[in-house]
This record gives sequence, C-alpha cells and structure tokens, in this order.
Amino acid sequence: MSTTAVRRPPPPFAQEHEDFRKVVRRFVENELRPRAQEYEDAKWFPNEVFARCGKLGYLGLKFEERYGGQGGGYVADAVWTEELARCGSGGLAAGLGAHTSIALPPIWKFGTEEQKQRWLVPGIRGEKIGALGITEPDAGSDVAGIKTHARRVEGGWLVNGSKTFITNGVRADFIVTAVKTRQEGGHHGLSFLVVERGDGVHSSALEKLGWHASDTALISFDDVFVPEENLLGEENQGFYLIMANFQWERLLMALGSLGGMQASFERTLEFARERRAFGKPIGSHQAIRHKLAEIATTIEVGRAITYDALRRFVDGDDAVREVTMAKLATQRAAFDVADSCLQIHGGAGYMKEYGIERAARDTRLGPIGGGTDEIMKEILGKTLGL
Amino acid sequence: MKICVLVKEVPDAAVEKRIDHSTGRMDRSGEKNLNPFDTHAIEAAMQIKEGGAVPVEEVVAVTMGPESAVRALHKAVSLGADRSVHLSDEALAGSDVVATGYALSKTLERESPDLVLLGQQSDDGECYTIGAVVAEYLGMPSLTQVIKIDVEEGKLRCERQAEYGYDTVSVQLPAVISVGDAINEPRYPSLKAIMGAKKKPLDALAASDAGVEASRVGLDGSMVECGDFTDPPQKEPGQIIEDEDTAETVEKVVAWLEERKLI
Repeated sequence: MSTTAVRRPPPPFAQEHEDFRKVVRRFVENELRPRAQEYEDAKWFPNEVFARCGKLGYLGLKFEERYGGQGGGYVADAVWTEELARCGSGGLAAGLGAHTSIALPPIWKFGTEEQKQRWLVPGIRGEKIGALGITEPDAGSDVAGIKTHARRVEGGWLVNGSKTFITNGVRADFIVTAVKTRQEGGHHGLSFLVVERGDGVHSSALEKLGWHASDTALISFDDVFVPEENLLGEENQGFYLIMANFQWERLLMALGSLGGMQASFERTLEFARERRAFGKPIGSHQAIRHKLAEIATTIEVGRAITYDALRRFVDGDDAVREVTMAKLATQRAAFDVADSCLQIHGGAGYMKEYGIERAARDTRLGPIGGGTDEIMKEILGKTLGL
Repeated sequence: MKICVLVKEVPDAAVEKRIDHSTGRMDRSGEKNLNPFDTHAIEAAMQIKEGGAVPVEEVVAVTMGPESAVRALHKAVSLGADRSVHLSDEALAGSDVVATGYALSKTLERESPDLVLLGQQSDDGECYTIGAVVAEYLGMPSLTQVIKIDVEEGKLRCERQAEYGYDTVSVQLPAVISVGDAINEPRYPSLKAIMGAKKKPLDALAASDAGVEASRVGLDGSMVECGDFTDPPQKEPGQIIEDEDTAETVEKVVAWLEERKLI
C-alpha cells in the first residue's frame, strides 16, 4: 500500500520550531488577519496588539528569560516573522517587527543592565514601544551623512535634527536614535541615544503607497535634552551599532517576504481553482497554470536561499554574502509575485476585498527598505572583488 | 483534585483518511497531530486548575498508541499538562473501542483521578464512545458532548449539547467527561512551553505495567471483526446546466424540480 511520507523540517528548524509555527499561524489567522482591513483603513493598529503579542511571548522570542524573553534565539524569531507576514497587512507586521527586530536589539546587545531594565524588559512585555531612528531626509544607507546632532550639555546632550520613514514613529515611547556627536560626523562621529518621548519630540505620520496600518513618521527633535544614561554603547561608536543588526534585519525582510509570498500564492491558487472561465477553472488554463508553477518555483528558490543564509547566520558564520543575496532574491520577487497574483485575480485582484492589491502595494517597499536592491548589489559587487 | 486527560495522536487534518485494506485499519501514516478535540479537553482541565474554585494538584495527559504518539503527549504538555503517561505495546495494536477503553481504564486506575476529561471524538476514528467505555470500566458516571463545566462543592455542573438544546447536568466526582469543541478556545502554547515539553516527566508503560490482560486487547482480544471494505458507491454525475441565458436557465431548473414533484 502507499503511505504518506512525513517531511522533516528544513534546517535550521527543528520539530519544535514547526510546532511553534503552527501555533503562531493559528494566532495570526484568529487574531490578526481578521482585523487587517480595519487597521489598514484606520491607518493605525491599537497598541493593545503589542500587549497581546507581548503576553504570548512573541515580542521576546530571541531574548533571554531573565529579561522576560522566551530564550528561543534567532530561529524562533525567524518562525514568528515568516508567519506574521501572513496577517495580510505589511504595516501591522512592520510595526511589530520594527519594535522587536530593530529597535530592541541594539539595547539588548549594547545596553547596560539598567538600560535593559528600562526599555528591553517593558518592550518585551509590549508595554513600551520602540522605534529605530537612523534614516534622515538626506541620509539613508549613507549613514555617514547623518545630520541630526547631539551637543554636549551638563548631564547629557541637546539633540536637534530630524528622522524620517520611522516605523512606529508616532506611537513609539522611545526612539533608538543615531546622532552626530562630533562636529565632523562621519563613521567615527556617530553615537546612539535612546530618546524618550517628551518635550521637543514631534512626530507626524507620513502618507504612503502601502503599509497603511503603520504609523511611519517624520520625527523632529527640537532642543531635546537626553540624559547621560541614555547613551547606548560607547560615544562615537554608533556606526558599529548600526552595522551590528543589518544582517538580521535583512534576513527578517527575506523571511517576511517568504511568508507574504506564500500567503498570496495560496489565496491565488484557491481562487484559480474556484473561478471558472470558458467552462473550466481558470487554473486549468495553461496560461494560468504555468504562471502558478512559476510563482511556486520563485517562492521555493527564495526559501532555499533564505533558510541557507539563516542557517549560516545562526551558526555564527560570516554570512554577509548569503544574507545579501537572500534579501536581493526575495524583495523584488515578492512584488512580482504579488503582481502576478493580482493579474490572475483579474478585476477582483484590483478590489480591496481580496487583499491582493494590498499585497502588491505593501511588497513594493521590499526592494527599498533595509538597504535598497542597488545597495545589495554594491555589497555583492565588493564580495566579487569589484 | 487530580485531572487526567485522555489524548490521542491522529493523522493531521490535512491528510486524506484512508483504510488500509490489508489490515482493515486506518492508514495512519503521514503527518500526525494531537487530536484537535483533545486540545479542548486539556484547556478545560487548565481552566479548572486556574479557575481556583477547587485546588488541582495535577493535570496528567494519558495516551495509548505507538511510539510516535509521544509527540501528542509533548503537545498536551505544552498546552499545560504537568506530566504524561504513554501506554504503548505491540500487544495493543488493533484493539477495538472496547479493548482500547479497557486498556485506558487500567492505566487510569494507577492514577486514581478525580476527573477524566477527553475530546468527544477523535479526528480519525470518530467513534464518540471511548469516554463512555472508560467510564463503564472505571465504574464512574459519564457525560458526553459537554460544552460548559462549572465546579461546585464536590460536583461538576455541566452543560451538554443535545439535539434539542442543552442539558444541564450535575455530576458527582469522580467522573469521565468528554467535551465538544465549543467548550473553549485552546490557548496558544508559548515557545518556552513547546521547547520545554520534552523535559516534563513521561511514564512509558507496557501493557503488563498497567495490569492490562493481554487476552483482552489487540486484534485477538477485540470483538469487532473487520470484514471487507469497499469505497462508497460513486454518485451519479449530476446534471450541469450552463448558464448562458439566465431566463432559460431558471426555466430549466424549475422544470427539473417540477418533474420530481419538488415544487
């Protein structure tokens, strides 16, 4: 008789991670996805979502138990990120992701014990929400061009300048902010200050193509006093803090794209089975069938390269090349997949109801955020000795 | 109070159910999962424990099944059970419902529970009867398809789903109660709970350890004999009316219904 084979989880995932994946998937399907449209329309999602995720342990998966984390390391966080993307709202996933994956890690890695108690512990519980402030109107990947500056005053600094495209920028209780602490700035003149919401911190939400549920903001600092104890890491060593989390951020973007692509693909496959044209399901027409075969292959290629990069990263290998390739291979692909899925849906794809138009808008950010595709190619060019 | 929850490893819901013609048993290869109905039973146990109306010393997950069933126990523990018991023996393979109920009751006797909870049906066999069989062997009252449990002094006040509405029944402890999926929404086990499940105590028992008489279990000890299995007859293909002209389609549908005196 024929039996059905059990498929083992692909490295670096263990069976427990796959069990956890099912749990997260159920949570996302039950509690996030049904609200996605509402959050998108409101251009906001309530802070209670952070608290709920914090209660379930999802904001502290990789952090140690002594800080209230789950002690699960990067692999558990990878599962969460991939599954979270299935919520159907890039903005919601981005808000939660920016908090746990880019705002908290610098505090976790470089913060003093006191700083961890102040921001990491309540951050893991979802009681305080963080944002990472690096990008400025005139400085993105070119971080040496950062102009926001911190002037030494008694007991701390006075910060002036502005940050833009900051995820959680409106709601954040604290902003892990890159500032110039030397007049000349540059790689050796940057520091990280944790700026808490208060006098002189002004945020305004930005209108965007996608990620509507995210309060992506322009933040301006107007003579904001930041006390001494809010310096993260060493003064003028901020550049290393920026670089330290890049690989993880890019891996997470690749993982998020995989989850998003998979969700769009599954919905489209279902649609292609149900929607009939010329007497049969549209998936039975060769043009559509081939398109779906291509999409499935694109996702599998992305998955292979991303999981491989993740495995190397988790093993502690130098994985810059593979991580860069994983991001490059998945971000434009996710947009293309969403576009193909929209096309297969025809007119329905252009309607809000199916969530496919949102996927197409949301995924357009991928080749831009966390270092553009062009920057990825520059990094890879260097690894080729060019 | 000590609560035992009976759990079962079943083929994952996504796996197509098939009978293995050579053995007359269900083909249980492929992806497996903890029986979804049992997750509601564990949650019910946890809610009694956390509810505080009665002190619960322990929630113990109990299963009978092959080696792989250990994973169902791990899941049960990740959902909150304190420890688990795994009855596993070649001699048990092929047991019918009565034999399985007998073997489980012997295992439960060792634990002396005040309350036995289980899902009202398994996602594979769907016999709905194992709770009643276990109760019969244990000499305990049994309630099935329960969708609400309230703890009262030495008793439980339960609502059970009936065809005509709900029965409210007060049951003396110890008792065996099978629950429906409407009773609660099982919690999301934390990563820590999933990762730590293997570390929780697990007693592995052979049939003889549980005092199970070999002659009363397994294929030979079961009274059910499986005859031939055949696929259900293929349905006649229905008549498909292509909707080219809606007025005409309606006429055709009405004519079809009139012909059969349905309208």
